[in-house]
Amino acid sequence: MSPRLKIFVVLIGLAIFLGIIELVRRRKLREEYSFIWLVIGFVFVLIAIETDILPFLSELVGITLPANTLFFLTLIFVMLLCLYFSLRISALTTQVKNLAQRLALLQTKDEDSK
Amino acid sequence: MISEKDILVLIPAYNEEGRVGDVIRGVRQYLPGTKILVVNDGSGDGTARASKEAGACVVSHPFNLGVGTALQTGYKYAVQHGYQYVIQLDGDGQHPPNFLPVFVTKLKESSADLIIGSRFLLGRNSDVTFGRSAGNALFGKLVSLLIHEKLTDPTSGYRALKSTALQFCVQDIYAFDYPDADFLLTLHRSGYRIVEIPIEVLPRTGGNSQHGGLKPIYYTIKMFLSIFIILLRKKSVKTTS
Repeated sequence: MSPRLKIFVVLIGLAIFLGIIELVRRRKLREEYSFIWLVIGFVFVLIAIETDILPFLSELVGITLPANTLFFLTLIFVMLLCLYFSLRISALTTQVKNLAQRLALLQTKDEDSK
Repeated sequence: MISEKDILVLIPAYNEEGRVGDVIRGVRQYLPGTKILVVNDGSGDGTARASKEAGACVVSHPFNLGVGTALQTGYKYAVQHGYQYVIQLDGDGQHPPNFLPVFVTKLKESSADLIIGSRFLLGRNSDVTFGRSAGNALFGKLVSLLIHEKLTDPTSGYRALKSTALQFCVQDIYAFDYPDADFLLTLHRSGYRIVEIPIEVLPRTGGNSQHGGLKPIYYTIKMFLSIFIILLRKKSVKTTS
């Protein structure tokens, strides 16, 4: 990794890190969801500083160019993140449905009792 | 002996202001002693008002949740209020109320937990489009094959449920956008019995069908996926009430 790219990746990692901390501080993002983004920022910085990681991983999975390993890992990570959010949305959909049904039934009960 | 007081007539309705009143009056004519519940699924028109004016009890969703959820809200109401039977029909006036006493007789005589009104058993299905007819034939045959019983109209919304089936439907396992072939398969695999009776279906006189636009494509893919997943799941156990 060239020194210029290394600085660029470290800056991106730090920007993600600080941006997430700020969003949590302003209560725009819940702590439970901030954790995964903080890990992403940390991984960016780690890959830039510890230069042996990418070549080692490339060798491990059989990828010639370390840059391709970075793209590949990023893609896998984003897909897992999407899956995690789909799971959360599925759970929230059931919760919203149950709440809406309970509200509708309670409203009817309330109207009937008047 | 089934008392009319034990029956809840359930009508899910979405933007059916112009039709739901006649449906309610039709139900009153054939089952005067039953309670009628309209689940107003977040309609933007006067469906709730028209239903109340016609003498029905109304449960209104705060926003549109889909026909499957609207039906489940009705089932939850029935269980909470101790009803033993639910007969459901659409709010668009396509299901003639003169078949309601037939459902009551069948509830009395049959050991089935779910009774489905099939428009294909009488051989008169003039209102069914080619796409809908093909979908019914496809999923009807598929479900019949999987449950080893003949079902001809898995998409029919004219149904009657006993308390056993109601107990099943109020759980979170019931998560069906359209409680059609996948629902029937799940129910059968959980040990519930399903039978069909012949009914007639009238042409739509207005409003919008839930199967318009690109929805049939989504419906077909989703239904195949849903059936496949159900076959991979472990069978659940029938609840006894």
